[in-house]
This record gives sequence, structure tokens and C-alpha cells, in this order.
Amino acid sequence: MADAIQWNGSELAMEVEQRSGTPVSACFQCHKCSTGCPIGPEMDFLPSQVMRLVHLGMENEVLGSRAIWLCASCEACTTRCPQSIDVAATMDALRIMAIDRQVTLPDSHGKQFNRSFLGSVRRHGRVFEMGMMTFYKLRTGDLFSDMDKVPQMLAKGKLPLLPNRSGSAGEVREVFRRAEEEEKRP
Amino acid sequence: MKYAFFPGCSLDATAWDFGRSTRATCRALGIELVDIPDWVCCGSTPAHASSASLAVALPVLNLQKAEAMGLPVMTACASCYARLRTANQKVRNEAEERRRTERITGKPYDGQVEIHHVLDVLVNHFGVEQVRTRVTRPLEGLRVACYYGCLLTRPPEIVAFDNPEHPTCMDDLVTAMGAEPVAWPFATECCGASLSMTHSSVVGRLGHKLLSMARRAGADCIAVACPLCQMNLDLRQSDAIKAYGALPQTPVLYITQLLGLALGLSNKELGIGAQSISATSLLADRRPATAAATGGNP
Repeated sequence: MADAIQWNGSELAMEVEQRSGTPVSACFQCHKCSTGCPIGPEMDFLPSQVMRLVHLGMENEVLGSRAIWLCASCEACTTRCPQSIDVAATMDALRIMAIDRQVTLPDSHGKQFNRSFLGSVRRHGRVFEMGMMTFYKLRTGDLFSDMDKVPQMLAKGKLPLLPNRSGSAGEVREVFRRAEEEEKRP
Repeated sequence: MKYAFFPGCSLDATAWDFGRSTRATCRALGIELVDIPDWVCCGSTPAHASSASLAVALPVLNLQKAEAMGLPVMTACASCYARLRTANQKVRNEAEERRRTERITGKPYDGQVEIHHVLDVLVNHFGVEQVRTRVTRPLEGLRVACYYGCLLTRPPEIVAFDNPEHPTCMDDLVTAMGAEPVAWPFATECCGASLSMTHSSVVGRLGHKLLSMARRAGADCIAVACPLCQMNLDLRQSDAIKAYGALPQTPVLYITQLLGLALGLSNKELGIGAQSISATSLLADRRPATAAATGGNP
């Protein structure tokens, strides 16, 4: 793994490195990540441009970008980076920072999906799709998309009507609580 | 061969057919699976995109249970597999991560449990040659695009049972079943994964690209080993065709369903029929149990 260079120009870069545990500042803009990114056509900034915005300390631009929420975590960039930068982990760190700082997001779908998914896990210890999708749809106001899929999924037995609760659901709730405490530690 | 099985949330719901076919296929091969009792969700992408500590703690809860069973872990979902391996590696290699995870879970864990994907178990533990000897109903004439997607092979430092850019394990298995794997360039391209929920038009575009390339390469069907790959290519196939242009309908099957067929199991035992794009006529056409008997006229 490439060593991080000392980077004094951007506090943002230092924070992202600390949170992601990967040497973002080692990026020399070869654009290999962008070339292989499957979601590139839909992104407002390509992954290599996201890295550059971090270098330059352009916090509002990068934390408010569509790109960090469109990343599908497919890890192609991470696998191919010649500087061994975990680009996908950088995207995670930026998403977490955008939520922490209550940045205005281009759309709330990613945030609300994560919230609805994890809410379901917290309640049942496992994901209950029907409940998770209901919360997600109410939170985004996107009530009707994919409704045509529901009868088909029900008919194929792919959308159970009741949660498959884990016997360790109580333990999971404690884990969520303690993880939140840990995240608040300095 | 005995494993602590981590089914994960999808295998009891949107991918119940992957669960059923994995269990049936392993049973037929004498691979014993014991469910991890009271397993919990691995957290998947929402956890690693929301909380670094939760993304490790949730998988570790399961690994601690598996450690108590004294068995290596096997899982079938590619995302569960990647999350379990990632968490394990972090606990093993980063002392602070381990201490934090032990504080959160309230139990010790040092990252020593082995974690395998069902493909890894079939190809590297059981062995392709062994599989070949167990095939009773070769899938002759069936042309399969093996679709690995993202998380079975990436990142290689973490998952590491096949080549990240040119994986072959599924192709080897398909060959052992008597079917024909097609060469195609998108075997490890992403399907859009959970963007399916949040930005489904992206998934439509990617799905169409994958389906049309599989067809151009001559495939009759696509084999997958991930619940999200299956859902994005199958459930959303009609939308993709509507939005991006006509294509012949392409069944998308779990590799364990194809293997089960070759081992002589029934459609019902394998959950064949759970797909949105039906595979039954394709598989009935190509199932040549009688072809050899009738002189092999294809």
C-alpha cells in the first residue's frame, strides 16, 4: 500500500483519510477509477474528480454531490487503483460526513434507504423487506414507483408479509446503541 | 465437509430460491450445512455507508456465534460474503478496530473464523472434478453467461478465491455440468446493486447492457451467485427492455439451481419457477436426459 504523503493543504483531505483509513492524498489523477466506474454516466463528478475535490478542500461541492450517493460500492475502483486507495471506502466516509454535517443532499433517496434498511435491522435483527420498503416510500414520498412489482413478488413468494425475526434481535438493538455511543467518542 | 451456514436476509425472502437450491445442492453432494442459530443481518451496504463501527459489529455478531460452533462459515449471498470477510479482516488486522468491536458486541473476537462462499466451497473444497463425477443429467447444449458481478471477486485482498478481473470458477462449474459457458466481457461489471431501490433507472441501463452483451455472446441464460444480481437482471428485465430496446427474454438462474438440475434434482427442490422471466421451457428443451437414450439427435 502506498504511504500517504504529508498533506497540509486540506483539512478535508486529512479528515477523509482518517475516517476512511485510506491514503486519499496519494491519488495522482490517473482516472482509472473513473474509466471503470459503471455509474460514471449518471454522476455529476467522476470518482477521480471526487478525489480531487477532497484534495482541494471543496467540502460543499463534494459532500453535496450526487456522485457519492450514486456509488454502488462495486469496488472496481478500489480493486484497480494503482495507488492502492480504497476509493469505495472514501465514498462511504463522504456519505457519513454529509449526514453528520446535515448537508443539503441532491436527493434523499440514498439517505432514506439506508435509514429504512437499518431501522428494520434494528427492530427485527434482520431486514423485513415489506416494512423497510413502506418506511422508505413514506420517507421519500415516492409512493408509486415499483408498485407493479409487488403482486409479482408476492405471487413468487419473494415478499414475505411477516418479519423473519432473529432470536438475537435484542442483542442487535444493544449493538446499535453501543455503536452510536462509539461513534460519538472523540 | 461441514459448515456453519449464514443464510442472510435475502435467502429467506427475495432470494428464497437461492437458499433452497443452495441447501438442496449441498445436501446432494454430502456437504453438511448447520444454520448459525439466531443469525442477524450483516448490515449490507446501508451499514458500511452509514456507520464504520456498525459495519464491523453486525457481521462479527454472527462470526462469534460461528466460532462457538467450531465450524468454518459458508454463505451464498455475495454481499453477506463480502461484509463478513471485510469485518473479519478489519478485526484481525487492526487492533483498535478489534477493541471497539469487542466493546460494542460485549464479547471477544479475534477474527479467526474462516468464511467461504458457496462457489469457493464447490470449486475449491469439494472440487470441480468431484462435481463432474456426480452429474447425472448433463445440461448439454445449454449456453450460459456466467455473471460474477462485483463482490464475489472484489476487492481481491478481502475475498480472494478467484481472479478479480477474469474469474473462472463458475465457468468451470458450468463446464462440469455439461453445459457451455460463453466468453463475454461483462462477467464482473456491476448491475447497480442497491441502486435498484434508490435510482432504478441506473439499474435499468446497466441491466440492459449486461443482458444484450450476454445475448450477443450467444448465451441462452445467465448464471448468478448473488441475490441482487438476480433481482436486477430478472425482476427489472422487462423495464430495462421497455426503456432501452428490444431483447429476447433471458432467464437468470442461480448457479446452484443449474448445478442442482445437473445433479438430478427437481425444479421444485431448486425453486425453479420463482423467476420473473421463466426458465422452465428453456430448461425443459435442453434437458437431455432422453437425448442420449434416443441416439443424441439434438
